[in-house]
Amino acid sequence: MLRVENLTVKFPSRFGDVTAVEDMSLAIKPGEIHGLVGESGAGKSTVGAAIIGLLQKPGYVAAGTLKLGDTDLRKLDRFAAHQLRGKRISMIFQDPQTSLNPLMRIEDQLVETILSHEDIPLKDAQKRAVDLLEEMGIENAAARMQSYPHQFSGGMRQRVVIALALCTNPELIIADEPTTALDVAVQSQVLELIRRLADNRKIGFMLITHDIGVIAQIADAVTVMRHGKLIENGATAQVLGQPKHPYTQQLMAAVPPLDRKIARFAVPDDEDGLKATSGDAAERWLLAGEKEAPIGLRLEKITVAFPGTRTSLWRKPDPFTALDDVTFDVRPGTVMGIVGESGSGKSTLAKTLTGLIKPTSGTMVLGDAPLPGGKARSRHHPSRQLIQMVFQDPFSSLNSRHKIGAILAEPLWLYGLVTDKDARRTLCAEMLNLVGMAPEAIDKYPHQFSGGQRQRIAVARALLARPKVLICDEPTSALDVSIQAQLLNLLKDLQAAFGLTVIFISHNLSVVRQMADDVVVLRGGRIQEYGASEQIYAQPQADYTKRLLELTPVMPQEWQGQQLSL
Amino acid sequence: MWAFIKQREGLWLFFRSPAVMIAAIVALIIGFCALFAPWIAPIDPYDLASFSLMDGLLPPVWEEFGNERFLLGTDDQGRDMISSILYGARLSLIIGISAMAIATVLGVGLGLAAGYFGGRFDAIVMRIADIQLALPAILTALLIDGIARGLLPNDMQQDLRVIVLTLAIALSLWVNFARTARASTFVQMNKEYVQAAVMQGQHPLRVMFVHILPNILGPLLVIMTVDLASAILLEATLSFLGIGLPADSPSLGTLIRIGMQFLLSGEWWILWMPTLFLVALVVSINVLGDFLRDVFNPRLR
Repeated sequence: MLRVENLTVKFPSRFGDVTAVEDMSLAIKPGEIHGLVGESGAGKSTVGAAIIGLLQKPGYVAAGTLKLGDTDLRKLDRFAAHQLRGKRISMIFQDPQTSLNPLMRIEDQLVETILSHEDIPLKDAQKRAVDLLEEMGIENAAARMQSYPHQFSGGMRQRVVIALALCTNPELIIADEPTTALDVAVQSQVLELIRRLADNRKIGFMLITHDIGVIAQIADAVTVMRHGKLIENGATAQVLGQPKHPYTQQLMAAVPPLDRKIARFAVPDDEDGLKATSGDAAERWLLAGEKEAPIGLRLEKITVAFPGTRTSLWRKPDPFTALDDVTFDVRPGTVMGIVGESGSGKSTLAKTLTGLIKPTSGTMVLGDAPLPGGKARSRHHPSRQLIQMVFQDPFSSLNSRHKIGAILAEPLWLYGLVTDKDARRTLCAEMLNLVGMAPEAIDKYPHQFSGGQRQRIAVARALLARPKVLICDEPTSALDVSIQAQLLNLLKDLQAAFGLTVIFISHNLSVVRQMADDVVVLRGGRIQEYGASEQIYAQPQADYTKRLLELTPVMPQEWQGQQLSL
Repeated sequence: MWAFIKQREGLWLFFRSPAVMIAAIVALIIGFCALFAPWIAPIDPYDLASFSLMDGLLPPVWEEFGNERFLLGTDDQGRDMISSILYGARLSLIIGISAMAIATVLGVGLGLAAGYFGGRFDAIVMRIADIQLALPAILTALLIDGIARGLLPNDMQQDLRVIVLTLAIALSLWVNFARTARASTFVQMNKEYVQAAVMQGQHPLRVMFVHILPNILGPLLVIMTVDLASAILLEATLSFLGIGLPADSPSLGTLIRIGMQFLLSGEWWILWMPTLFLVALVVSINVLGDFLRDVFNPRLR
């Protein structure tokens, strides 16, 4: 049905044309879900945009054929292309928050789309809108249709977006990361829906995603892309089960399995030179600070409540409880994993530990000393040095106006660990070595590095404070799988070498399994389950944990088994 | 050279927009001439001995009765217009730039602190800013002028006119800086690098000025250029209304006020020459400000 042959897309820039997609070919049959995987910058979304004719200016299709059925998509003029968009090809975007117009009722948005492509009476269009929403699994659709987008939850909104894509009976739907912004439970429902639509209505789906687990779960065929080029394509079982190309094999090896813990990810030497090299001096310096035994952390009945939205001028607003009676113990020198979906209070927990948020009640104990919360913790409290944090977003956690050298030297200078300026510089260079970066990075600015490299720099900064406790808040969620694998290896190595106590926060169950000795499962600010990691993953007790484990997309074990033997 | 320009996005955009290049050249020439007015201007308009009543009311050279000694003509006292304008522009620019500098320091300092500390401090600073906005600049100037007249002895008042005027303009401009700095600081406060610095226990002043300030410089720089133009205009307005500088040390605004009297009697150049000069200066500064905003805010492009 859809045929793409030798597609090349170029973007003119002031340095000449940049080739975003080169010599790309793929074909999608009716009723087929075709996965398009690749890491960020691989050109996946550009392929989708080229097919639907929405390439961002000034990008253009330089060569190749794009055919939908018998229609040559490249030959269409502006108006014909506009007619075809929505009518024969639809699109589902990543973020359901922004792809619906917040000021229009759901009904109006659906009816508007139907009427703009078909000349039918209003009544019929409304009827079709209700039927569609019901088909999407929205109960009481006729009434719900009168609501505005903000009155729906994220998953429901994505269903509305899918209904919107479907309402003109298209032949092809391009779904660009349709589930990335959703929690696992909602993700699995949306994926099921897509599968059902492909089977029942014979719609072809092009599923663009970076998540190989999602592809493994529902795609019929896969195309792997890298740097704008086609790496490998074919049926899912064949490409993921017996990958021929070394890049696909690497990609598969980097995916953390949910069903067991592996010691290290098999990471090939990367072209970027991100090998773990030795930083002997930095290692000695860190170990010299580790004379005392590692220390643990206790949380007792921690409750954090925020003031809620004021509904009346006279009454105090009801507080919103982000963390409710949370009690757990982080054993010295171990990794505590904290998992939960969005809104479960994970990040609030991290901020409470670092003193950015004051708990409403409860106590924290670091080692033997009590740990005051919020503003009560002075700037000179020893925990300021002992607890360090690695943040989620590597693009905002480093000050973009400071050189790497200045960023790294800050803790050394602040805590008076190294007083000599030259010694600080040497140590920072060594530390960069230790986290697997070239020491020349010291004179560069953060924007000259990729996300993975920046996250290494953030780890180096945390280590240079000689911490006892390292808090990692979703350290890999902004990274590609292969970079994630490298960073997880690095964190494992460092944790083992320096006996750090690590609190590892993530929404990704598979990643936490690889890292954690103990696990806390959070939901709505309450602990659902708390215990040894292996036990929780093998025999979950709480219903919530069981459901989370069931719904996380996994690859068939035999595909992964292949990878480990490589 | 071209390769170097291509590396820098700002320079690249600059060399591709003729309007911005012309504006930059005009602003540079005016700035240079105003700065070196004592050496460039044919006569010293403050020195009564350097001009004579006999040359009064001569039109520009291209008009009938024009005299090549006075390219843009003379005023009723026989002063060369070019010299008056250059000296006037010098005063206008000095007042404009110092007012802008004072407003920047005051506004950015208060705005940064308000954004950083939030809460009650933020509320107080911003309410003061709101009150300031409700007062017209002329009223502020009159207020300060009145206070200065009441407090200072008579002979000091004349010398302090420039300072009073500068302060009055600075006070009506700081709100822009405070609001922009506060809003940008709020955005930066949610960035993780600020949280990292706070978490490490760094001093609030260090977080504000070493970490946050360099990251909000872009929008501030834009406000600085746009407000420099406003400051010059405001000075001209105040002087035009007679609250600003006296006729014996005229700024551009004073020149325009004096020129008004001659408009209907046919000596148009006394009004129009300083006015055109002022328009050229303000327009070119505004064009540069718009350009800076485009460079620092790629989303508008």
